[in-house]
Amino acid sequence: MNAVPVNYYIILSAILFTIGALGVLIRRNALVIFMSIELMLNAANLALVAFSSANAQLDGQIFVFFIMTVAAAEVAVGLALIVAVFRTKKSIDVDQINVLKG
Amino acid sequence: MDFELLPNLVTFSPLVGVLILFFINPEKKVLFRWVALLTSLVTFGISLVLLSNFDASNPNLQMVTNLPWIQVAGWNISYYMGVDGLSILLILLTTFLTPIALLSTWSAIEEREKDFNIFFLMLEVGMLGVFMAQDLFLFYVFWEFTLVPMYFLIGIWGGPERIYASIKFFLYTMAGSLLMLLAILWLGINQGTFAVPALIEMGGIPAGIQTWLFLAFAVAFAIKVPMWPLHSWLPDAHVQAPTAGSVILAGVLLKMGTYGFVRFNLPLFPEAAVKFAPMMAGLAVIGIIYGAIVSYYQKDIKKLVAYSSISHLGFVMLGLFALNSQGIQGGILQMINHGISTGALFLLVGMIYEQTHTRDFEVYGGLWKVMPVYGTVMLVVTLSSMGLPGLNGFVGEFTILLGAFGSEAIGSAWYAGLSAIGVILAAIYMLYMYQKIFLGPEGSIVQTVKEHGHALRDLSAREIITIAPLLVLIFWIGLYPKPFFTLIAPTVDNLVLVLQAAMG
Amino acid sequence: MNLSETVNTGYFFGLVPLLVFFPIAGMLFNMIFGGKMSEKAIGTVASAASGLTFVVAVLLAYSLSATHGELHQVFLAEWIHIGELQLDWTFRVDTLSVVMMLVVSGVGTLIHIYAIGYMHEDVRFKDDVRRFRRFFVFLNLFIAMMMILVSGDSYLMLFVGWEGVGLCSFLLIGFWYDFNILGQKSTENAEAGKKAFIANRVGDFGFLLAMFTTFWHFGSLQFDAVFESASHHPDPVVISAITLFMLIGVTGKSAQVPLYVWLPDAMAGPTPVSALIHAATMVTAGVYLVVRSAPLYNLVHSTSYIVAMIGAVTALFAATIAVGQYDIKKVLAYSTISQLGFMVAAVGMGAYVAGIFHLATHAFFKALLFLSAGSIILGMERGHHHLAHGHGDHDDADAHHDEEVFDPGDMRNMGNLRKQMPVTFWLYMAGTLALAGIFPFAGFWSKDEILLDAKLHAEHYPGVYWLLAAAAFLTAFYMGRQIWMVFFGKERTEVAKHAQESPPVMTVPLMVLAFLAVFGGALNLPGSHALTHWLEHTIEGVHAGEFDFMVAGVSTVLALIAIGISWLLYGKNPLKAGQIDPLKKPLGFVFTGMENKWFVDEGYGAVIIRPFEKLAKFLSIDLDWNFWHDWFHNEVVYAGFQGLAKFLADPVDMGIINAIADWLAEITKRSSEKLSSLQNGFVRSYALSVLVGVVMILGYLLLK
Repeated sequence: MNAVPVNYYIILSAILFTIGALGVLIRRNALVIFMSIELMLNAANLALVAFSSANAQLDGQIFVFFIMTVAAAEVAVGLALIVAVFRTKKSIDVDQINVLKG
Repeated sequence: MDFELLPNLVTFSPLVGVLILFFINPEKKVLFRWVALLTSLVTFGISLVLLSNFDASNPNLQMVTNLPWIQVAGWNISYYMGVDGLSILLILLTTFLTPIALLSTWSAIEEREKDFNIFFLMLEVGMLGVFMAQDLFLFYVFWEFTLVPMYFLIGIWGGPERIYASIKFFLYTMAGSLLMLLAILWLGINQGTFAVPALIEMGGIPAGIQTWLFLAFAVAFAIKVPMWPLHSWLPDAHVQAPTAGSVILAGVLLKMGTYGFVRFNLPLFPEAAVKFAPMMAGLAVIGIIYGAIVSYYQKDIKKLVAYSSISHLGFVMLGLFALNSQGIQGGILQMINHGISTGALFLLVGMIYEQTHTRDFEVYGGLWKVMPVYGTVMLVVTLSSMGLPGLNGFVGEFTILLGAFGSEAIGSAWYAGLSAIGVILAAIYMLYMYQKIFLGPEGSIVQTVKEHGHALRDLSAREIITIAPLLVLIFWIGLYPKPFFTLIAPTVDNLVLVLQAAMG
Repeated sequence: MNLSETVNTGYFFGLVPLLVFFPIAGMLFNMIFGGKMSEKAIGTVASAASGLTFVVAVLLAYSLSATHGELHQVFLAEWIHIGELQLDWTFRVDTLSVVMMLVVSGVGTLIHIYAIGYMHEDVRFKDDVRRFRRFFVFLNLFIAMMMILVSGDSYLMLFVGWEGVGLCSFLLIGFWYDFNILGQKSTENAEAGKKAFIANRVGDFGFLLAMFTTFWHFGSLQFDAVFESASHHPDPVVISAITLFMLIGVTGKSAQVPLYVWLPDAMAGPTPVSALIHAATMVTAGVYLVVRSAPLYNLVHSTSYIVAMIGAVTALFAATIAVGQYDIKKVLAYSTISQLGFMVAAVGMGAYVAGIFHLATHAFFKALLFLSAGSIILGMERGHHHLAHGHGDHDDADAHHDEEVFDPGDMRNMGNLRKQMPVTFWLYMAGTLALAGIFPFAGFWSKDEILLDAKLHAEHYPGVYWLLAAAAFLTAFYMGRQIWMVFFGKERTEVAKHAQESPPVMTVPLMVLAFLAVFGGALNLPGSHALTHWLEHTIEGVHAGEFDFMVAGVSTVLALIAIGISWLLYGKNPLKAGQIDPLKKPLGFVFTGMENKWFVDEGYGAVIIRPFEKLAKFLSIDLDWNFWHDWFHNEVVYAGFQGLAKFLADPVDMGIINAIADWLAEITKRSSEKLSSLQNGFVRSYALSVLVGVVMILGYLLLK
């Protein structure tokens, strides 16, 4: 079988992760930040699946399932938080959510 | 691993009453009065069953419950309860006096009555536990436990200076018992057991250490008795305590001290006991004379009775440290006698106080004419307290003085000879009190009470019921003390053998 | 008790506990039911109880004579059994105890009957009718206690009665506890009762020590066992100690020097009490004790001599005081002390029969004298009442209190009473002649026997005879003085003119006593010596003495001279109202001493009572309260604790430990202020820090 080399997956995963990280750092919209986080998670998933396939071991794939489950839960909690913040602040701009500063 | 129901039942049956009381509406005065009274009567009944199961000819512990309790790190603490000749009479005295004291509170305690009854029953549990416990650690737990209810009884329902008195009472007793705790721990750790009978059997504590242990125990007990000069808490506690509290304080709590001496100090440290006998007897003699003289100069009836307790308990201590059977048996009987006579005195003082709200001698006088029944009852109790032959006090005092007079351990007849002066002094201060209250022309109090719109009344039926059992015992012990001596004799004879061995 | 035994044997020894139970039953009956009974019924019950006791005593005497005076012991119950100490309630019937039982219950019953009449009036003069019942309750209790005293088989049982009669004495002296002897509101009577009890307790203290010594040396307190053991080990030191300790008890109970002071004050009690307790019975208990302990006293001569001297000195000393008294009962009281001195002197010299003989005759004539004196006092009170209330408006209580004080017992208020009270006069005369020792009255025989013994044993007991003879002389003198002052001359007050004779319920018992006072000598007449032979069964070594005309003649002549002198002083020229005593001038300060009882009470007050009160005050106020309770506990312990607490709290805790903690807090605060600027609240900056951190960690891991 002529498989795609594992390096490609890794590079793609790194690119995705960097996009996600930059999104978190640069964007102010909480929803976008949220999406960027998802992007980072899935970048990690991609890497795991790639290694799993390359090493012919199932551990990575099983781990991916866990991460997806946790991500789903995270989405639920995160969205709920964002809605709650929006209700009080009428905005989801993270630069305005700074009441915890020292 | 023994289990015998009766002693446990006696000790903890008042708790049932406490539990019931928790669930009664504090407004229902009559109900919880009766619940508390009936509980204490049931306890008394069970203690009579205990008595009927008691084998007077057996000098050893009976009806023993012995269960392992705290067994860690080589500590061998057990839940060890039992009855013998030293404790049976005191157990009965406790269960006997509690209902009487409770009955006396029906008109005396007016606020937070429910709490009062609860504390009282808890106090009974503690006292009974002290007399039943045969394990040093268990004993200590009960010993300290009695402090708490008594502290509240004085502190909540006491007189104007109750806080001072209750704290003084608590601190004094605590301070002494801490030394005892150290001694208990030393014994338990070094001898490998806390069980008293086992410790006695083991023996073999070096004389030097016995001295220290003896003193540690002695301080705790001497404060409780109280022996001169550690008596200063007593007048405060008695004067401030409510009547029922005084009755139990004088009747039972003080006996815990003298009981401690005879239960622990004498058999556990016989060599030290022999060594210290003259010193203890000396303190007892000072207490007898000192308490009697100081009583004479009191202006407050309750204070007089309180100081007279110091004198009377001096007799008990003198008897115990005579270390012969006359002295010790007399001493134990005198504990009972003092509980009855002084208990009755406090009851009677309380009865008049409820009507007049003063205890100052100066305003009294001529009450015998106004209250003939009260005057007669008080006369009998006064005479019993000053040791008139034919009444209970005499039997105890006579045997004590007789024992002390010929005691080898004390070593001199002077102690008993001087104490016999206490007999004269007792007549002086008791008659002084009786005369000030009952004889002479009518005192100003009669008029004062009239001005408040009611005359002094003689004893009510309830008051007579309260006091009558005590009167019966006063005559019974005075005329026919044999049943009482029979109960304590075998155990005391055993103890005397141990002590004689120590005397060499 | 043991009726079947009585039926079987025909003897009545089993009845002896009834001696105690009858009076107790009478007492309880009156206590319980007396409230609704009439005075007559109460008095009858009490007298019957006492009378039945007398019957039992007679039956015992009969049984004893039928069994040749052999000792009988009747066991009732066990009492105190501890080790060697074996004490029982056991009654003892022997010739000595039976004599005492007869005297006590016989005289006691007569006095009970008399008291029905006496108390009936007394409670009315003092406005408290309810106390009639109480009086008889106490009186019965007294009889019971006295019976325990004389019938006990051990020293301790004797002691029960001994203290019991002391209690009754206390209760009865202070019977009118809210008055003084003049009938004014006061605590004096109550004080007198207390004084008696305490003086007796001092004696009891000696008795107790005697018992302790006895027990530890002879191993028992039962009479026979003690005497048996003492005869085997007659250690003179021990026996001297025992007998001397016992003597302290005797001086207390039998009112001897130095503890006699309570007896004159005891006259505060109603007169029947003075007669019964303080003349006839209780005070003789000390004499009984010495006779009972005769085997011990016989073993040591030195204490016997001390006993005899105390008795003789008391006899003379009290007689001198009696000469200077004005109160009719006080004279009799000192006379009693003096006569008790005779008895004690007699038993001290080993003349036990003479002592008991005098005890019995004295019981008769002194009871007679006291009761007659009571009759006189009541007669005076009646006269006083008659004058004060004129037409007999008894209920006018207010008027009663406003009157000036009148002392019905003061002989200076009397005079010529033989006219108003003839029966009492003749009765009093009989008693006086008996007391003065005039032939052939009872007192003559008994006193003579004592004097005879004193004379015979003069070499062993030097001085006793002379003291007693002088006392006998003074006895006749003060009785003569009394007779002249009370019954002869002119009435010195209005009251004396209106004195009234007493009713038969009072005078009939007196006649019986008068009969005994006249013929009581028959008990032990020289020649027959009935009492001596009777007591021989119990007391070892008594022998009938010879009658000596010299001794008898001397004492009779002395008595007659004394009466003659008293006639010269008081009879020939009767005392007038307000006149001072004719003895005052010739005797001067000596008479002042007699009048004031030689200031013994004042001396005791200065030497014993006031120092004791000072000591009590010092101990209780200064030492116990101010020093120990307040200063030591409140100042030293409490304030010391407070000071320590303050020191630990302020300089130590706040200054050092707290300062360290504060410093730490300051550091933390400052540094955190600096650091807090890092937290700017921007999520993205946090995320950046996370990223930088991750990159740094990863970089480190890669480059490692």
